[in-house]
Amino acid sequence: MNSSSLIECVRDRFPDAVSASHTYRGDATVVLRGKSLLEVAGFLKEDPAMRMNFLMDLTAVDYSTFGKRPAPAFFASSGVAMSPSPQIPDKDPWPGLPDPSRFAVVYHFYSMTHKHRLRLVVPVEEAAPELDSLTSLWPGADWLEREVWDMFGIAFRGHPDLKRILMYEEFEGHPLRKDYPVNRRQPLIGPVN
Amino acid sequence: MRDDTSFLTSRLEKAIGWARKYSIFQYPFVTACCGMEYMATACSHYDVDRFGAGFPRFSPRQADVLFVVGTISHKLAPVLKRIHDQMAEPKWVVAFGVCTCTGGFYDNYATVMGIDTIMPVDVYIPGCPPRPEMVLDGLMKLQDKIMHQSTTGKRSAPEPRPGINGA
Repeated sequence: MNSSSLIECVRDRFPDAVSASHTYRGDATVVLRGKSLLEVAGFLKEDPAMRMNFLMDLTAVDYSTFGKRPAPAFFASSGVAMSPSPQIPDKDPWPGLPDPSRFAVVYHFYSMTHKHRLRLVVPVEEAAPELDSLTSLWPGADWLEREVWDMFGIAFRGHPDLKRILMYEEFEGHPLRKDYPVNRRQPLIGPVN
Repeated sequence: MRDDTSFLTSRLEKAIGWARKYSIFQYPFVTACCGMEYMATACSHYDVDRFGAGFPRFSPRQADVLFVVGTISHKLAPVLKRIHDQMAEPKWVVAFGVCTCTGGFYDNYATVMGIDTIMPVDVYIPGCPPRPEMVLDGLMKLQDKIMHQSTTGKRSAPEPRPGINGA
């Protein structure tokens, strides 16, 4: 299935769950409401036309400072300004923020049967940063969800062992949140440096 | 009356220093990309065995030089410190690569800004990663240091690092 028919398929099946969708340079993205995540993910995995049997990636984004500072222009090694740059209009511009929520958890699915892929974006509110765990469907989600918990502090309901994976237990806070002070150090031994 | 003691002691120190500097049993604590350069140094082209340091011991109790090769994170720091504590005196520490010297280009929540914040360091080999020639140069400097050290391995306390221990 190509990217637009993938989106159509999900939209037709779950008209209430999908809040937005877009294709960007050939990649399909569906923005979901968090409460229907498990249902949609189960459909993506089990439906014979979908067969998303590979959870390629699971990560999160903190949008709290997004757009507050102008992005620097990107220069090629030749010194010529390239797109994305504010001076050069993009033919296929990025569609913008999915939702006013602070966080978004991003899932990348791939079907090894049908060779197609789909990205799910699930906005997460700052007040209740919690989503359903996908470990029951893709066991590989286990460590990825632990990483998202460790770095962003987004919890996953139904995860078998939700604890830090990269940082140590004594670490306070979630370092990839934009409000984590960039100079804050928490060494286990030795001076704060 | 002639006193031979001082004559004999100085010869013994020199002999022991000479023997020690050519029989380095190293413990490679390799965590990151510098390990590739460490391996290049250890292999036949650069042949660290010419300096008597070709024998890595993977037990800290049998090693006398700790090669810290690669970035050390705060999570790993207690492990490294324990390895260092387990080594028997006399012992030496080589900071291999700029991450172990100062933290390198990392300045974030996860990285130790130089292993000299948690243990004494004898030789710093900066570089990202250092060339094998630099490693051999550092090793020769370490040999020089070992050669001119007292038999007991005693040495003066390391100077406090400006801005961290001092201020």
